[in-house]
Formats: sequence, structure tokens, C-alpha cells
Amino acid sequence: MKLSKPQLIVNGKRIDGRGPQDLRQIKIEVGVLKNADGSALVEIGGTKVLAAVYGPREVVPRHQEQVDRAIIRCRYRMLSFSTLGERKSPAPTRREIELSKVIREALEPAVLSMQFPRAAIDIFVEVINADGGTRTAGITAASVALADAGIPMLDLVTAVAVGKVDGVIVLDLNEIEDMYGEADMPIAAMPSLKRITMIQLNGVLTPDEFKKALALALEGIDKIYQLQKEALRKKYVEIEE
Amino acid sequence: MSESVLMKRTIVVPGDIIVVDKNASVEGANLYKLSDNTYIVTTISIQDYEEGEKKKIRVVSLKGRYIPKEGDIVIGIVTDATLSYWLVDIKSPYPAILNASDYLGKSFNPALENIRKYLDIGDVVIAKVTQFDRSRLPTLTVQDKGLGKVIEGSLVEIEPSKVGRVIGKKRSMINMLIEQTKCDFVVGINGRILLKCPNSDIEYIAILAIKKIEEEAHTVGLTERIKEFIINEKVKRGLIRYETE
Repeated sequence: MKLSKPQLIVNGKRIDGRGPQDLRQIKIEVGVLKNADGSALVEIGGTKVLAAVYGPREVVPRHQEQVDRAIIRCRYRMLSFSTLGERKSPAPTRREIELSKVIREALEPAVLSMQFPRAAIDIFVEVINADGGTRTAGITAASVALADAGIPMLDLVTAVAVGKVDGVIVLDLNEIEDMYGEADMPIAAMPSLKRITMIQLNGVLTPDEFKKALALALEGIDKIYQLQKEALRKKYVEIEE
Repeated sequence: MSESVLMKRTIVVPGDIIVVDKNASVEGANLYKLSDNTYIVTTISIQDYEEGEKKKIRVVSLKGRYIPKEGDIVIGIVTDATLSYWLVDIKSPYPAILNASDYLGKSFNPALENIRKYLDIGDVVIAKVTQFDRSRLPTLTVQDKGLGKVIEGSLVEIEPSKVGRVIGKKRSMINMLIEQTKCDFVVGINGRILLKCPNSDIEYIAILAIKKIEEEAHTVGLTERIKEFIINEKVKRGLIRYETE
């Protein structure tokens, strides 16, 4: 039962002052961890996600290895202090196990895993602070970390959520909009190849709304994609002075 | 969506598209062919141009794991000893096998001898990759000049994709390093460099120089800058007085 649903859209502005088609403020940092082969820290509004990539490396346990390609393993986790209110148990929940799989499957089409048979690529996604859109931020961060690790990829994978809040199609939902909105649709895509690697829908959208939402999401993905590339380039340009 | 503009030396990232016109060719191991003249970059790389009769675009990866190739000289660290062979870490996704009979140059009977008498875990070897086809583990040999167990020196690890820069065009960088530091360098293609230096001060400078090369591998005019850097460091440590060159 939802108690006292707040008014989510007032005078065309959303609860945090954005217009319906605005993204939250985004910050992408590359190579934040020294021990990892590749890493990235992505901040989208209040959501803060750290991704680390190791590999390609030897597969342990051995029986998991595939003779024709590298296996990709992904672990998505929310830290105990990442959520509001009650402390989250550090044990992996059903939701976290599912999201690990979703993130892995969103990234798999991009990674050229055939180049490293019998190896493993490990992706760790840790949510430091959760404010809606952690899976999309996780995918965005993980793909930058994969590129930073030098793992061959067809394209960066970028993700963003769209949804319906108070009857309006909005981009990049935050926690409250996600909780009280009518629909939430996270989408991941490879923009250069114009391919979608993940699409999920929670709630109800009419076919027309769906089309509108998809177009809006792809627009948002393009913006984040440019930021991802910029962040990767910046790491090397900085040294050049 | 993101066609790269034809410019000198740019940094390209996964997803960047390179379109090649008729009078140009493209070269690079990290490219994925989308259609006849369209390629997609798969790793963070430097895109460079070579003007000539035919324009050539070269894409060199800036990061990535070492993948063994037959004939490569690598520096490995023994991680495990079995009855008749050692497993050697060569910084690739796959551990390499060094057979005891190859190391000794004669047949080896594990019933009579302990393999650890010759090489134990943690020992460093310079070896050559003899065979690798991705379906089996790479194998190594030490039966060549300059190969075998390392007993002295220090080891520096760098990004394997930047080894080419430490050697330089026609060995220009490595020759400059040898000339300036009087150290002995063995460069493993897998990103390990073995140094044997006359004293610890020089060794420290040589390591700093190698790390600087790794950091600035994608910049132009590096050899000259590293040379200056080494001379400056030597002056700072009072090893030489300032020379005007």
C-alpha cells in the first residue's frame, strides 16, 4: 500500500527541478582503482557506482571455462550503507543476484570474448549510494571500466531509464519517481552500432508511449555515450599536457 | 554516429568508427571490420597517419593483456612446480608451461630428482614461447642464447602494449637508455623488463625513466625528453655535473 504519494510533477517540473527530458548531473571518472585492470566511478545525480574489471585471466574454478570464448562474470552489489533507512544486509539478495545477471547480459554482446578462449573476465559493480537507476549506472560504469582494462569491445554500452510519472514520459528516474511512478523502463544500447542490449519494463505503457519513451531513452543514451568517451580520452590527454 | 575526423594522432576509444577511402589503407590488430571500408575500434588506441604514396592509418592499442606469440622472448615467474614441468606466469591470461627436460637439455626423471632443485616457485626465467594456439597452454623453451634462470638484477613491470615504446623505432629508445645509464636491459615482450645496473642510484633513475616512458608512451618526441630527464636526475643526485649537449 502506497501511503501519501507525493505530487511528482508540479508546473511541468519534476520533484528535483528537472524538466521531463533532462538527465541528472553526470560525472564519470576512469582508472580510480590501482589494483584493478580497469575501473570507473560514475555519479548520476545521487547515485554513485564504482565498477572494477579484472582480466582476461585464468578461470577459477577450472570447470567453468569455455573452450571457445572467455566467460564473463559479473557481481552487482549494494553496499550496506548505500540505501536510505534501514541498513541493507550485506548478504546477496535475490534482487542483487538477478541484477548481476542482467548487467552481465547487457554487456556480453559488446565484449569480443572469442578473442580469449578459456579465460575469465570479472566485472564488479558496487553501488556506493543508491538513488534510483543503479543498474543503468552500473552498466555505464562497467563498460567504461572494461574499455579502461583494454578488453576488446565492439562498442561502449550505455544505459539509462525512462518511465512514466504522473502521466508524463520522463528520462532518468530517481528513487522517488521510480517508487511512485506508473512505469519504469531501463534500456541499454550500443549507440555506434545502433543496437539495444537490454530492455526491461516495469509497469504499463501504451504502444505510443512506449515508442516515445524509447526515442527519449536513445536520446539520453547518446548524451551519456559522449560523456563516457570523453572521460576515457581525458585519461590519456591529461598526461599529454 | 561518431565518425573520426581525419587528424594527426588522436586517441580513439571502443565504438569509434574509421571509414577508409580508396587511396588509404588501415592497419591494426584491434579493429573489427563492419563492412568493406568501415572498421570499428575495439580498444583504447592511438590513431596515427603515415603519409606516403598511399595513406596509411595505423591504430595502436594503449592497453590490454599480453597474448603469447610464437618466438616472443618473455620474462616469467615460476608459480607452480609439478612432477615434470613448471607453470610460469607470463602476465597473459594463460600460464605457460616450461618442461623440465627442456630446461635441463636432457631427459628428466622425476623419480630420481626433485624438480624444485632447479627452479622453485618465485624464480624468474627469461624464455622463448615455442608454441601457442589458444587451445592449449603456451609452452616455453630456454634453449637459446641469453635465456634461462635469472640470478641477479631487478624486475620492472609495465603495460605490455607499451613495450614497443621502451624499445623505440629501430631500438632508438633502448639504445639511448643503455648509453645514458650503462645498465643492462632485457626487455620481455610481456611487459617485464630486467635491469642490471652498476649501482643503485643509476638503477633508481632507470626505473623512473621506464615508468615515465610507460606513462607518456602516446606522446611525441619522447626519446629526447627521456634523455633530458635522465641527465637531470643524474645532476640532481650529484652523479654528474651539468653537461651541455
